[in-house]
Amino acid sequence: MNPNQRVRSPLLQSARARWTVRIIGIAAAVATAFTVWLGLWVTPPDQVQGDLVRLVYIHPGVAWVALYLAFGLAAVASLLYLWPRTRSLFWDRLAAAAVEVGVVFNVCTLISGSIWGKPAWGVWWAWDARLTSTAVLLVLFLGYMALRRVPAEPEVRARRSAFLALFAAVDIPIVHFSVLWWKTLHQGATVLNPDLSPTIHGSMAWTLLLSFVALTLVFVWMLLVRYRIGVLEDWLGTGELDAALRERQAEGAAPDPAGDGSEAPAGAPVPEGVR
Amino acid sequence: MWRDTLLVAGKDLRIEARSRVALSQVAPFGIVALVLFAFALGPDRALMATGAPGLFWVAVLFCTVQAVQRSVSVESADGARDGLRLSGLDPAGLFLGKTVAVAAQLVVLEALLAVGVVLLYGARIDVPWLIVVSCVLGTVGLAATGTLYGALSAGLRVRETLLPFLLLPIVAPVLLAGTRIWQAAMAGGTPADGTQWLRLLVIFDAVYVALGVVVYGPIQETA
Repeated sequence: MNPNQRVRSPLLQSARARWTVRIIGIAAAVATAFTVWLGLWVTPPDQVQGDLVRLVYIHPGVAWVALYLAFGLAAVASLLYLWPRTRSLFWDRLAAAAVEVGVVFNVCTLISGSIWGKPAWGVWWAWDARLTSTAVLLVLFLGYMALRRVPAEPEVRARRSAFLALFAAVDIPIVHFSVLWWKTLHQGATVLNPDLSPTIHGSMAWTLLLSFVALTLVFVWMLLVRYRIGVLEDWLGTGELDAALRERQAEGAAPDPAGDGSEAPAGAPVPEGVR
Repeated sequence: MWRDTLLVAGKDLRIEARSRVALSQVAPFGIVALVLFAFALGPDRALMATGAPGLFWVAVLFCTVQAVQRSVSVESADGARDGLRLSGLDPAGLFLGKTVAVAAQLVVLEALLAVGVVLLYGARIDVPWLIVVSCVLGTVGLAATGTLYGALSAGLRVRETLLPFLLLPIVAPVLLAGTRIWQAAMAGGTPADGTQWLRLLVIFDAVYVALGVVVYGPIQETA
């Protein structure tokens, strides 16, 4: 097979696509820097929570990316892979990238939540429905990553992973309701009533909004970069490395001044975008 | 499909009847788990009775993993899986058959574990029918998810380590529901609390049995 075929993918081929990724990365960095500046210096401390409220510019945004954007995208991409008409390794790699970045954001959600929880509720961890669902979700998708690490042909791995994502995705609503009932049937009132004032306005609202935009941009950038790495990994894993190495050796042998006719082995060209 | 279900379930149960792996290994493993839980909680009988519902279901979950591993491994030798695929049996029937066989073994195990919980932990059961219904519904869900995940991990060299990690978080709702129903059915519980959880178990079973019937064929092509 021509190695170029394997690597053909919309995010690798054109210089324009690579510039787009770069620009999204720069935009993410700028938006994040602005959020940090606004969140730490410009916005006022909260009446009740003081400086602790500044976590609101991290925690909800990170949770939004992890729980909805990343895992939602992974579920949709996996379904699109399983659907015969849209079956393409593109969806598989996108799902894998979304899960991996989502797991990072999920861990950040739990850590930032814990940092907030200790001073606000007095405990690092509460067996609240949301926390519990988030933790179960993390474990489910760690399982997805573990299954992906099992060596297999890209197509086999893609089918396997997509099925697993499907099974996990249908479980999430059931887990959500079960831990919700588990909690509410267990004890009446929960300590986790949101103690943020329901109306936040002015600079705080804008900063909160900006944090969502910034973290979404960070997610998109990480997703695209991870996708690219996934393509390159598959390319390496399927043996075209040897072809590329032979090509390199052939290049070294070509300007041979002695001209002893050492023949360059026929190698496949290095695909565009892998330089 | 139903005929295939009975054929496959009969085959797996006959293998079990002749090899007695579930009876001589999985069931004693469940009892060992119950004894170890008792050691972990200390000799306080009241505490054990309180924890009995959860400990029962955790032991059932561990046994499920074992039963599913066994159900997969009987197909892994001598190309049995390819033989089954070549036999022209309906994949949905295959799935249901494997599920029924695992479920039948689990029900026997659960009866054993329930007796163990009552004897060892001093758990007092007030509403036995609730316990029976929860065990049947929970078992269907566990067997269906187990069979699905077993098929997904069949043929993997890391199956033994990967399967529990993949399966146990998925069946967390069964553990929650089963534990709550047992608490409701035990002395001092309110049986009315159990019905909501029974509904959750029914939904869980329906979702995974339906999913298995639809996707079991395609899954087998991945292995």
